[in-house]
Amino acid sequence: MARGIKDKVAIVGMGCSSFGERWDCGAEELMVEAFEEALADAGIDRSQIEAAWFGTAFEKVHVGVSGLPMATTLRLSGIPITRVENMCATGTEALRGAAYAVASGAVDIAMAMGVEKLKDTGYGGLPAGSKGPFPDLWVPNGSAPGNFAQLATAYSAKHGISSADVKQAMAHVSWKSHQNGAKNEKAHLRKAVTMETIMDAPMIAEPLGLFDCCGVSDGSACAIVTTPEIAKAMGKTDIVTIKALQLCLSDGTEASFNSWDGSHFATTRIASKKAYEEAGIKNPREEISMLEVHDCFSITELVTMEDLYISEEGGAVKDILDGFYDADGGIPCQIDGGLKCFGHPIGASGLRMAYEMYLQLQGKAGERQLKDPRIGLTHNLGGAPHNNVAAVAVIGRLD
Amino acid sequence: MTHNVGITAFGAYLPKLRLDRASIAASHAWAMPGLKGQGKGERTMADWDEDSITMAVEAARDCLQDTDRSTITGAQLASTTLPFADRLNVGVVAAGLNLGRNITSMDVSGSQRAGTSGLIAALRGSGDGVMLFMVADTRKAAPASINEFQFGHGAAALTLGVDGVIANFLGSNTVTADFVDHFRGSGQDEDYGWEQRWIRDEGYMKIIPEVVSGLLDSTGVGAGDIDHFVMPCTIGRVPAGVTKALGIKPEAIRDTMAANVGDTGAAHAILMLAHALEDAKPGEKILLVQFGQGADALLFEVTDAITSLPKRPGVSGAIARGRTEKEYMKYLSFQDQVKIDFGMRAEVDNKTALTTEYRKKDMITGFMGGQCSQCGTVQYPRTLYCVNPNCKAHETQEPISFADTPAAVMSYTADWLSYSPSPPYYYGQVQFENGGRVMMGFTDIDPDDIAVGKSLKMVFRIKDFDKQRGYRRYFWKAAPAS
Repeated sequence: MARGIKDKVAIVGMGCSSFGERWDCGAEELMVEAFEEALADAGIDRSQIEAAWFGTAFEKVHVGVSGLPMATTLRLSGIPITRVENMCATGTEALRGAAYAVASGAVDIAMAMGVEKLKDTGYGGLPAGSKGPFPDLWVPNGSAPGNFAQLATAYSAKHGISSADVKQAMAHVSWKSHQNGAKNEKAHLRKAVTMETIMDAPMIAEPLGLFDCCGVSDGSACAIVTTPEIAKAMGKTDIVTIKALQLCLSDGTEASFNSWDGSHFATTRIASKKAYEEAGIKNPREEISMLEVHDCFSITELVTMEDLYISEEGGAVKDILDGFYDADGGIPCQIDGGLKCFGHPIGASGLRMAYEMYLQLQGKAGERQLKDPRIGLTHNLGGAPHNNVAAVAVIGRLD
Repeated sequence: MTHNVGITAFGAYLPKLRLDRASIAASHAWAMPGLKGQGKGERTMADWDEDSITMAVEAARDCLQDTDRSTITGAQLASTTLPFADRLNVGVVAAGLNLGRNITSMDVSGSQRAGTSGLIAALRGSGDGVMLFMVADTRKAAPASINEFQFGHGAAALTLGVDGVIANFLGSNTVTADFVDHFRGSGQDEDYGWEQRWIRDEGYMKIIPEVVSGLLDSTGVGAGDIDHFVMPCTIGRVPAGVTKALGIKPEAIRDTMAANVGDTGAAHAILMLAHALEDAKPGEKILLVQFGQGADALLFEVTDAITSLPKRPGVSGAIARGRTEKEYMKYLSFQDQVKIDFGMRAEVDNKTALTTEYRKKDMITGFMGGQCSQCGTVQYPRTLYCVNPNCKAHETQEPISFADTPAAVMSYTADWLSYSPSPPYYYGQVQFENGGRVMMGFTDIDPDDIAVGKSLKMVFRIKDFDKQRGYRRYFWKAAPAS
């Protein structure tokens, strides 16, 4: 029986660039911004990094293919660098590569970085393009909001909750993230908005309005990992370790078999169960201190609260409206603003979530610092509700 | 009874959209207030994802109903608006209908007589087989022209054969005369026409009596015996004048459907014929006439078998399913006569991998999914391993058609971000009654009448245009079942 990686990997340095419309920066500047912060935080020299994972999803619109852009930009000499891409879950995938390298004993110190430079495309939202020669022949040329919007219609139908009530809860999700993001100096969107503004926003893909959709941003995030023993030897205190790191991909069941109802993420449910098992979490609603979930759209966050087994099935609307996930609620969610306001540079997002957990667990989150968090969960998702990659990580203090 | 060739079934298709002619006139009133008189009634208008190929498929489906498609031995498509100048257009239709490879196939074009001349040739050459003969036209008209008001878009289909004939073919006659009432040069989008009075006096009034008289003489049928006079014509009083000159009774003149359909070009004679067959009685004689660089005339006699032909929506059903469209700019944009700035998402390169398209032809054009021979799971697309998580059997999927399977909305959205020539872009997860499910585009959606659980039917449509290369790809879409 596999034992997992609980407490086998410590995060000893992290960096995150400011997210946003970084008109003055290319991917290279963003990468260096996160890298410098992470190196300084870890207190190591780049020559101590023995292997690296480089995550980017839309490489064609900025750095190009392979691990070379990382090797040359950061001048990482003579080490293996692997480029990974798993749609919007790319950042967590990069972290997984680095963590597994350390856990296996293959290397002592590894690095994961994610970057995306989206604002060189001219698009608002993600750029459109071919899905491949066969899908192009039959798959709708839909957008991310169009795919995720369907969660709302299916969720309403399944639970008999009116679309108006679901929309209200969705608006609260975004309202809360704007409240939080306003306190984050690295966030893309730093303005609190009213419920009225959210509810009255122009429609993007029914029922998702403009404020139900996250920002599309430029940004980069970076993690340096090692073993807890080496971390201690480096003189680190308040050590943060990875408790679980799980990934689950759709196998076509949701898209082509008839067992899925369209209202939830089958993959998130599997990944979170495995993560709780790996981390030894019995009751997530009681044991988890904070969440950073993949709120690409408000409805995604809403149903994810159930898929992580924190809200009861059909109960997320009530929990959200009760403020359970607000900054002063039972389990604060998106305390850094989330994808909604911190922003969503695709390849960086999973690492940005880990960055917030890392700061919070060390008491370094400044104005938005939560009181004594012990365990954080990140949920990073790529694709569409019917066909996706779900990544769940549990990050906590080393007891 | 002799083995006489004739029509064995008919079908029709009209786009759901009906352009309000008053809206056309209102849009042009600034320059041409005199067009106000043309602003009466409606004309059919192809949606952005419809063309002569897609409409032919739908007319054929209406015609074939439950007919065993393996009995079809040939397919022909007549049109002056074939999407491809060099690629067998009826080949796309045949693949859409899953007619198989062992059929003859031919496109017919070149004049308004493509439909009737093609029909004569098909009737004379069909032998003992069953010919699927289709007509479709989606003519463009110059903005503010009379044609813009008078044209319509539509399609019709007939099966021809010797078994189960509902209308015996008694004979035909053709006059060929290079009378250029109008023309459309190769590569031109729109017609250029000459003065209507000349067309009436020197064209219709002389050529039609000539071609009909010849046919009546050769068949020995009297003009007074004609029960249905089917002749497309947009010039007022011409049908009355022609029939009077020939001695055909005025009540035989069939409605040209000018008020609510418009003139569907090379499709129109056959569309009117299908309309006539809807209420024709055994023993009645139908005279089918088409003008165009001469004229064709065909004579049919309705048989007893017409009473046992299974009911179909036909022309009346197609007329009834219309939805009034008052947005003239939408029509212009669909016709590519105005360039709307749809933003960067409209710039995506839709180059088609022809290799992939050929390998997947039955799945894409024919909408054939797979059914696992071990667990019975129906799935789309057809894959190497069964999608049932409890099965996953290897290479067990037998082709199964999704085209005629009832379905319902499982989830949907109206997407204002993605590019669609007709925003918002409706799409969603479709659950089929056979157990399969597919994420697919929707069409013909009424924004006030879409909900989870709504019944859907499948229709053959254009998926994407590759304007850079002049290609277009076709797939199936989900439309409201009623």
